[in-house]
Amino acid sequence: MARQQRKLLRDNYHQARWDEPIIFEMSVPGERGVLVPMASEEIASQVGDGASAIPASLRRKKAPALPEVNQMRVNRHYYHLSQETLGTDVTLGISEGTCTMKYSPKVQEHMASRHPGIVEVHPHQDPETMQGLLEIYYKVEQFLKEVSGMDAFSLQPGGGAHAVYTNASIIRAYHRARGDHKRTEIITTMFSHPCDAATPNTAGFKVITLMPDESGYPDLEAMKAALSERTAGIMITNPEDTGIYNPRIEEYVRAAHAVGALCSYDQANANGMLGIHRAKEANFDLVHFNLHKTFSAPHGSMGPATGAVGVKEFLKPYLPVPRVEFDGQKYTLNYNYPESIGKVRTFFGNANVVLKTYMWIMQHGADGLKEAAICSVLNNQYFMKKISQIPGVVIPYAKGKRRLEQVRYSWEKLMQDTGVGTDDVNRRLVDFGIEHYWTSHHPWVVPEPFTLEPCESYNKEDMDEYIEVLQQISKEAYEDPDFVKKAPYKAASHRPTHSAIDDPELIAVTWRQYQKKKGLRK
Amino acid sequence: MPKKTIVYPYIPNSVPEVKAELMKEVGVTDPMDLYEEIPDHLRFKEELKLPEPILDEYSIRRHTDEILKKNKTADEYLCFLGAGCAPHFVPAVCDEINGRGEFLTAYVGDSMGDHGKWQALFEYCSLMGELLDMDILSIPMYDGGQAASSSLRMANRINNRKKVLLPATMNPEIFMVVKNYLNSVPQPEIEIVQIKFDPNTGLMDLNDLKNNMSNDVCAVFIENPSYLGFIETQAEEIGKIARQAGAEFIVYTDPISLGVMEAPANYGATITCGDYHPLGLHLGAGGCQGGFIATHDDMKYISEFKDLMFGLTDTIQEGEWGFGEVLYDRTSYGSRDKGKEFTGTSTGLWAITAGVYLSLMGPKGMQEVGTTIMQNSQYAAKKLSAIPGVKIQLSSPFFKEFVVNFDMTGKTVAEINKKLLEFKIFGGKDLSHDFPQFGQSALYCVTEIHQQKDIDKLAYALQGVISC
Repeated sequence: MARQQRKLLRDNYHQARWDEPIIFEMSVPGERGVLVPMASEEIASQVGDGASAIPASLRRKKAPALPEVNQMRVNRHYYHLSQETLGTDVTLGISEGTCTMKYSPKVQEHMASRHPGIVEVHPHQDPETMQGLLEIYYKVEQFLKEVSGMDAFSLQPGGGAHAVYTNASIIRAYHRARGDHKRTEIITTMFSHPCDAATPNTAGFKVITLMPDESGYPDLEAMKAALSERTAGIMITNPEDTGIYNPRIEEYVRAAHAVGALCSYDQANANGMLGIHRAKEANFDLVHFNLHKTFSAPHGSMGPATGAVGVKEFLKPYLPVPRVEFDGQKYTLNYNYPESIGKVRTFFGNANVVLKTYMWIMQHGADGLKEAAICSVLNNQYFMKKISQIPGVVIPYAKGKRRLEQVRYSWEKLMQDTGVGTDDVNRRLVDFGIEHYWTSHHPWVVPEPFTLEPCESYNKEDMDEYIEVLQQISKEAYEDPDFVKKAPYKAASHRPTHSAIDDPELIAVTWRQYQKKKGLRK
Repeated sequence: MPKKTIVYPYIPNSVPEVKAELMKEVGVTDPMDLYEEIPDHLRFKEELKLPEPILDEYSIRRHTDEILKKNKTADEYLCFLGAGCAPHFVPAVCDEINGRGEFLTAYVGDSMGDHGKWQALFEYCSLMGELLDMDILSIPMYDGGQAASSSLRMANRINNRKKVLLPATMNPEIFMVVKNYLNSVPQPEIEIVQIKFDPNTGLMDLNDLKNNMSNDVCAVFIENPSYLGFIETQAEEIGKIARQAGAEFIVYTDPISLGVMEAPANYGATITCGDYHPLGLHLGAGGCQGGFIATHDDMKYISEFKDLMFGLTDTIQEGEWGFGEVLYDRTSYGSRDKGKEFTGTSTGLWAITAGVYLSLMGPKGMQEVGTTIMQNSQYAAKKLSAIPGVKIQLSSPFFKEFVVNFDMTGKTVAEINKKLLEFKIFGGKDLSHDFPQFGQSALYCVTEIHQQKDIDKLAYALQGVISC
């Protein structure tokens, strides 16, 4: 059959639906999942049962009520649960815009999760016995310096928000070291990730959030009005969640610098700009990259992850410790940075993520990184053109401007025409084997939002399949809105009766809490 | 010479014909035209200075293997290092499940298409809840350092007091994380006081605790078992002192101890926290840590958790489990800077793994592993203390780790550990920098993975190292 005739819509798809019990329901008293090593007879004869050394008040009196399940059933249970999950290995990660769900190459995973040279390394080993690990850290730092133009990096933070928090901590330490205690405010923008507002708040700053102007850019005049001698820094994304690059970014930076504030560039989504635009040229002082997005490490059902923090030379003393250094022969760990903010995570962060980043950059080099960026933007512009033609879709802001790696779309018109909103479409999506999409962070400034990012991993056919699915759902909405509203039909589970649980009576975050509320357990 | 066109396996549209077709579709003739919104002077015109790429998969594998082989590993060496990252037995099913691509590559999908992920994380919370004998957990945090830090911030929000009391024997790495996390602008808002300890036992100095206790104390925080391995036998009393003053009693615990040690909730902890790394995760150069916080079922606590919570509910299909977001507006995803601290991508895959571990172990497995650790570590302490010049620093009972003092050997821990490498042994963590009052001491970690012959080999090697 000719390729053109192959249908892209998987309308015969059905997700695995195992009707899987909660693991506690599978318990058979006496069953064992695994046997654990026991002390030798000689040890037992010398020290007794060991546990009697614990004073009576601190000895476990009642064994934990864990389930008792044989190994095959435990394995099967979790296999079932994995089959009821739409990871990017089995679906189109185009759905999760702002998350850069690119392909995570298996060769990286196999090295990071199986090679004893990382899996069996203890972080407190003598640095001389982990030269390979430190080499990876050191080299990834050099690569990221080049990609951003910054002068030093820390790979310690355990995620993107954690990196932004680290940057807020560095900004705080910098002003304090200069004896400038007036700087109590951080300015961010509404289309920057929520962590650009939440983490400076956690670090003790007052946060000012700028709304977009009618073009979708952060309001520059409002920012100038907000800047003062109290401003410690600005923390912004560019392009923001809308995918619109702000061409006046330098003016924001200049205005902030003019009042003595630092400028932190949230480049969690730098994928469209590798080798094309850097924080340095836009005069930023701090930056962060999400290695689990742009640099291909997988998202792991929400981690492990790494937020790499980069700074200019004058901020290097404040980076977390230890720093990996190289004298031309040996890699060492240096804790001697008295002005450092200290640590944000134990040990050195997530070495497995750093290793995957190393491999991805080494496999692509300068040309490959740029090719990834170009293809991600090319894909997005192709995709946006096609999506814009789907009945019911609106694309707010910046009409006629080219977007970079993602777009925040709106089903506002579909809602007006049919009563079908973005949450309805989102549920129907999984009936075609496609992961739920990312709507928007809160608040929903764009009505009925959805955010898609067809990064470089997806070929034209993948994109066309996605487009066809949205066309189909739009068609269904206009023909039979109720049908869409009752979706999903073919997912691992149906609509929950309560997708947002705010009533204390209904809260059950553990099995025991559920059982107690149902009167099944005291 | 023009550059050779490369089709990258992970960039399918790098096929020149496809790329040209897409470019035509979007109306550009030069790829740089895609970037017309980026002003010319803000574009990077040079070529990134990166190494020549290693394009094929075999060669990148070979190259990475050669680098990683420079590391000595706990596979090949006997590892007696712990200090927050102890070597434990990892059942094969744990690796099997966290290697499942669906979990590995999932992210923020909703509870219908990602039903399995939601259930697995709900089960992680549920299984941990049984181990900790507490009802409430959120999905996980970065590590134990974050869990300790957020526990203290939760306590601060609950009672609005500004002083926390921490043990001076606390894990120094976690202390550094906490110190930064309690910092604020323009000055630290929450005062940290470190409570003295008895140098012979390691136990908290209750007089110093009482002297620092007042109605402005937000929380008393202890580790049990402690960083230095000793069991804080006065835990119940410390908890009483804290609660009488209206402070929260936070206990940082090692979850693998809880088959034999009492759950902190049962000796008065109002908040329990820690790192679940011991539950089915590898050393991973410190990259397999994950934090947890647990409390009782009380809205006063529930509403102060900072991370997402997945609640069990029904679906429109009779008899089917479903999941929903609990109190989403608590979080910074829901409320930006008005949320509790901040949330974000943390350690979901490792939490799923910890759930698998607890499902496999069951109550009996947890009891047995705790017992083996107690026995093996006591045997090791006994064996080492028989070596002339070596003594066990603290007299308290301990779990898994203990402080070994080498002052009488005339050698430093650094010298001893260097020599132990020749025997293919990673000696205990050198404490001489963080705890100078213990002289030349090291923190030795002995778990269920250490067989008698391993411990005997350590004793033999140490004897040799010390006597030469």
